[in-house]
Amino acid sequence: LAPWIPVVGLEIHAQISSNSKLFSGSQVQFAAPPNSLVSFFDASLPGTLPVLNRRCVEAAVMTGLALNCSINKKSLFDRKHYFYADLPAGYQITQQRVPIAVNGSLSYSLYIDKKMSQMVTKTVRIKQIQLEQDSGKSLHDDTRCQTLVDLNRAGVGLMEVVMEPDMCCGEEAAAAVRELQLILQTLGSSQAVMAEGQLRVDANVSVHHPGEPYGVRTEVKNINSIRFLAKAVDYEIQRQIEELENGGTILNETRAFDSKLGCTVPMRDKEGKQDYRFMPEPNLPPLILYDAKSLPANMNHQQVINIDWIHERLPDLPSVKREKLVEQYGILPEHSFTLSNEDGLAEFFESVVKQTQMKPKKVIGWILNDLLSYLKQHSLTVKESPVSSFLLADLLNLLEKKEISSTAAKQVFVELWKGEGKTPLEIVKEQKLELLQDQKELEQICQAVIDGQENE
Amino acid sequence: QNVSVEVLDHLEHLALVDFRDSEGVERLQKAIQFADQLHEVNTDGVEPMDSVLEDRCLYLREDDVTEGNCTKELLENAREKVEEYFVAPPGNIPLPKLEERDTFLQGS
Repeated sequence: LAPWIPVVGLEIHAQISSNSKLFSGSQVQFAAPPNSLVSFFDASLPGTLPVLNRRCVEAAVMTGLALNCSINKKSLFDRKHYFYADLPAGYQITQQRVPIAVNGSLSYSLYIDKKMSQMVTKTVRIKQIQLEQDSGKSLHDDTRCQTLVDLNRAGVGLMEVVMEPDMCCGEEAAAAVRELQLILQTLGSSQAVMAEGQLRVDANVSVHHPGEPYGVRTEVKNINSIRFLAKAVDYEIQRQIEELENGGTILNETRAFDSKLGCTVPMRDKEGKQDYRFMPEPNLPPLILYDAKSLPANMNHQQVINIDWIHERLPDLPSVKREKLVEQYGILPEHSFTLSNEDGLAEFFESVVKQTQMKPKKVIGWILNDLLSYLKQHSLTVKESPVSSFLLADLLNLLEKKEISSTAAKQVFVELWKGEGKTPLEIVKEQKLELLQDQKELEQICQAVIDGQENE
Repeated sequence: QNVSVEVLDHLEHLALVDFRDSEGVERLQKAIQFADQLHEVNTDGVEPMDSVLEDRCLYLREDDVTEGNCTKELLENAREKVEEYFVAPPGNIPLPKLEERDTFLQGS
């Protein structure tokens, strides 16, 4: 049986973190009373016009720069037409012809095998990043055969990041999205919380034999977490392989991931190829961006966006932060990866290192093997940890000064986890875990044991 | 040169227009012929223009909340509402296929 090569591409929509919407002054907020964050423009009432939000443009430029893209100094807005109840205008304003950023790349790491022993770095090309409007939300009321529409989300700014089909499986797709999420959160351009719909991923999946042209691809939507992304992609790859091996064909269709059943199913309302009738947005002239060289002399600087100015102020990206941790503390890249993957864990680690004499290379073991595994077992975040960095550092100091053995230290850690407010020293005293250093005392104990043996 | 029935049907689906009778279709054909005159101009090597306003400055707004909070006003336009939601049919109601529609195009 000839081998199959799976091909995975991703389209990611990230909600821009801003106070107001992309083209109107209504507020951006999750969970507000229905239709309370809607302006006349968002409701598509006649006579209203789009006015571009500066912050949204800056967010897109930052993201483009962080992903090594070329920023288009002139980009254009277009209308993409389709009918749906949560799209009151009947079209979405997007950037189809000339988007704001193109031709970038994203590097991500993943474990080479299940044993999680070594990491390998891969790259996925970024085709483009475009600014576009989000749609409203539809709540389907099947009992009364109707849809309830809330336009609070209509018009919120989105960055669509298009990744080329350089990935081959669910694990790679998940790792790439995780890294993108960390970058967006570091930049602050999007909070990228998937559970709140701030980061939505659609996967394009196909399979083919080596040397043959790419197979027909399907689009998979309704993926609500990074874990489900990996599952959905892997399921779809398997489904396509089985279908083709049984002599069937793959339809160029849109499928939804059913997380309960763990499979993909065809989506209704998406049958047949859509014709979006793209046209230039007549109400918006081209978006012009500047750099240090092209900066116009006599323009109101509030109306000017300087790419170089934004570039200079980019924060350290996750990959740089990880390298710095390895350099500064002598830990392994794998450790650094785990530290930065867990919200707040790197800060916790650094805080403990500051407060203890124990070497960072030893501290990392406690952070990753003890603290992290306890947190995972109890489904807690670093912020919710009953053991603070102060308490852990205290414990590690006792160990470092050889006042307790490492076995005893583990016991104290279990006790600390109960969060009863006792210090490590108090626990050691309570449970009599001190290491005896006194020679005479040790001799007495050994003698007592020997005497005890002789009596038997 | 006539526009085919397939294209007319496709247009009716996409734009939800109804060409209604031969006069409507004839008007469409005339509009296309009129626009086709553009092809007589040689535009090799010329950058397409979207609008005569393309050199205007695109105004950038500050990221302040200045609108919204007018639920009541907006819902006044709704034929049907439930609490503060607009009500719509359960999904797009597709235009019936050509054979099933009561349209003049059937005769073509």
